[in-house]
Amino acid sequence: MHLVIIGNGITGVTAAITARRLAPDARITLVAAESAHHYSRPALMYLYLGHLRYADVKPYEDWFWVENRLELVHAEATSVDTAARTVQLATGSALTYDYLLLATGSVVRTAGWPGQQLRGVQGFYGLPDLESMSQATQGIRHAVVVGGGLIGVELAEMLHSRGIRVTWLVREPRYWQSVLPPEESALVAAHIRSYGIDFRVATELREVLGDAQGRVRAVVTTTGQELPAEWVGLATGVQPNLALARAAGLETDLGILVNELLATSAPGVYAAGDCAQHRQPAPSEVAVEQLWYTGRMQGETVAHTICGQPTPYRRGQWFNSAKFFALEYQTYGRVPAQLAADTASFCWQHPTRQHLLRINFRRADHVVTGVNALGLRQRQPVWERWLGEQTSIGGVLAQLAAANFDAEFSRQHEPAIRREFARQFPDIAVPTPRRKGLFGAW
Amino acid sequence: MNDLPTPSLALAQPPPAATPPGEKPALAAVALGLLALVAAAADADVARARLSLCLALALLSGGALGWAWLAFGRSTAGWHPHDLWRRSSTSRGAVAWATGVALTGFYVVLYWFPWLLENLIRALDPASQWLRHRAADQWFLYGTFYTLAVLVLGVRALWKYRFSRYHLARTASVMFFQLGFGFLLPGLLLALQRPEYYFTYFWPLKYDYLFPGTVAQLLHGGGLGVFMVFWGVVMSFVATPVLTYFFGKRWYCAWVCGCGGLAETAGDAYRHLSDKSRQAWRWEVRLIYPILGLITLLTALLWLGASGVVPALGVVTGPLGQFYGFVIGSVFSGVVGVGFYPLMGSRVWCRFGCPMAAYLGLLQKHFSRFRISTNGGQCISCGNCSNACEMGIDVKQYAQRGEPIVRAACVGCGLCATACPRGVLNLENGPRANRLAGSTFIHADSLRIL
Repeated sequence: MHLVIIGNGITGVTAAITARRLAPDARITLVAAESAHHYSRPALMYLYLGHLRYADVKPYEDWFWVENRLELVHAEATSVDTAARTVQLATGSALTYDYLLLATGSVVRTAGWPGQQLRGVQGFYGLPDLESMSQATQGIRHAVVVGGGLIGVELAEMLHSRGIRVTWLVREPRYWQSVLPPEESALVAAHIRSYGIDFRVATELREVLGDAQGRVRAVVTTTGQELPAEWVGLATGVQPNLALARAAGLETDLGILVNELLATSAPGVYAAGDCAQHRQPAPSEVAVEQLWYTGRMQGETVAHTICGQPTPYRRGQWFNSAKFFALEYQTYGRVPAQLAADTASFCWQHPTRQHLLRINFRRADHVVTGVNALGLRQRQPVWERWLGEQTSIGGVLAQLAAANFDAEFSRQHEPAIRREFARQFPDIAVPTPRRKGLFGAW
Repeated sequence: MNDLPTPSLALAQPPPAATPPGEKPALAAVALGLLALVAAAADADVARARLSLCLALALLSGGALGWAWLAFGRSTAGWHPHDLWRRSSTSRGAVAWATGVALTGFYVVLYWFPWLLENLIRALDPASQWLRHRAADQWFLYGTFYTLAVLVLGVRALWKYRFSRYHLARTASVMFFQLGFGFLLPGLLLALQRPEYYFTYFWPLKYDYLFPGTVAQLLHGGGLGVFMVFWGVVMSFVATPVLTYFFGKRWYCAWVCGCGGLAETAGDAYRHLSDKSRQAWRWEVRLIYPILGLITLLTALLWLGASGVVPALGVVTGPLGQFYGFVIGSVFSGVVGVGFYPLMGSRVWCRFGCPMAAYLGLLQKHFSRFRISTNGGQCISCGNCSNACEMGIDVKQYAQRGEPIVRAACVGCGLCATACPRGVLNLENGPRANRLAGSTFIHADSLRIL
């Protein structure tokens, strides 16, 4: 069996490693144009910050691929003949496959602003973007970031670390409005502003202005203001990379259309990760998932199917995490930005420090549905169990210390959280609490 | 915007970061302090040398404290090791090499050419008379410098890690043990005409404390000497296993030990330089366990010889003891262990050489409740944890597989958990059942990592 995987991001690599475990004799080839080896895409910012070197963001040492007989081809795949089961490479050679996995990831999405082709205007997705950003931001003083999501905050932190003044334009009236409830947005925005970032909500980019050499010199906002900018980062999202799928004649929409086995419209061809679009996503789940974690899970799932163990993709409880400058964020279960009518929301904030805990629960039976934590670390297996076992808010608050994943000696806020809950929801009883630590966890 | 040129080498070698202008006065003070130190060492006039030395220590301490405040005190608290791999001093650049050569040179002079330090030693006589009621020697000079480094750069660490109560606690702990038990108490014992004894060093690190010669000497010293022997035996063979069972080896390596204390304070800026490769791990196990075996063998042979059961063992134990004292005790723990800080990281000795670390590590790996827990499936393989590990553990190999980290080497400094941007890692003591159990959120990867 020869499995050819296009893309060496987390999806493709997880699929390759899983396939190696399930099919020890299979021939497995990873084809990638971007880099010779797998690297951690979320770690790109740490290269710019100077926290890490390129070798440090490679999750596996180079011997790993040789010893596990995972063949690496550093070349661009230009077309696929799904009838003859061959992949054409830009180098001129071709690969014959029994199974093909497309894990081609995303490309940067922009709104087509006037002037976005100017030098010094770019998105931030891969190594070439990091490369051009590193060169274009040397010695500059003013930069503008556009887009209120996770890449936006990364770019702001990166630029800030080099002493560059950052103006950050966010279209929505508050930060990450599509994901975070208002209190979380406000806390993150206050944290970001404490670093001196000029964070402007309800402000859009209208136009990018250039100088005589074709370099960006300023931006104009929808409020009509002209802001100096020697570099502009467009962090307005990504969209599935469909170039190869289209060349192969696969059915696509926003992404490469796949069924629950992650199979595409062509026999023997699968797609997973950022580039895949589920034909029938489960209720309350999205069709295109663009997270590191979902990429890893999809890669693992599709490898099972390819290796003869057909496995439908089931993501399980939602979870995610991020870091905004020094403020950490974790979420388990569902905490929508807009609260549904049948759900109650309990939100605790530390009066002076930057800690927030929000727990949503159903009004009818008090069963918890999700948690947001800012500036607090929460233990995933515990929340997974509480959410899976339909634990009530009272039971969760009583055992809350069992989910505490903060470092030893950290201040514990569980009693204050319970007091605040009793104030906000005096009608709901909370049983006697349990102590922190591993004893409660397992 | 969407085409993909091959990344150039500029990525691997980013432009070096300049020293922020605001930090230059503090650095100038440190440089002047070093000059004054050289002047003191070269000055045969005791009074003038004393003045130069005071000036040197004031400038070095003040400059370092000022630098720490400028670098960490003014900015928002948090883990922000910006430009770590872009500065010459912390990325094996020219400044790092110069620092390494200077440190190594100091140890070579200290061990084998102490007469070169005579002027400095004489300049310290009043301090030594005050504390120890006797004239200074090269070891008093070394102890003074060492303790000052731990205290001054300990304050730097306290500023840097002021957002974490774990780091505040362990930093304060190593500062306390170095000042109290590594400097003041041994001096006080000498002043009281008692044996100079370090209550925070135990066999097999302080190997001679359980040699028959030392034991016999201490036992002659009356009640206190008997207590010292008792203390040494209990700490090595009872307290160490018990404390390591409950807390892991960190109770010693990152909270008490003087070598660890220097690494966590003076060496903090160099922690990321430890080699994380599989090759380095192979050298680690090739070196550290044979060294533990060697000192155990030497101790056993010495007792065998002292018992008189086997005659003429001195033919073996004499040269073996000299070899161990020179190669391991002096060259490895001192010259290489500290001298190579700026090039190989702060824990070269602890990782590759220390027999106490090997002993504690075996206990930690097999008989301890300590582990670093991995939080479900939250790892993004970014590598910040591995980078922060001073012991050269490739932490992310475990985190990205959802496995807890149970490694003999881990000294429990907790920086991997601090550096993690996704809240994945936590140092914990808990029931030994399921201590090695992995996360149910990740099961892709059963391939070997070492």
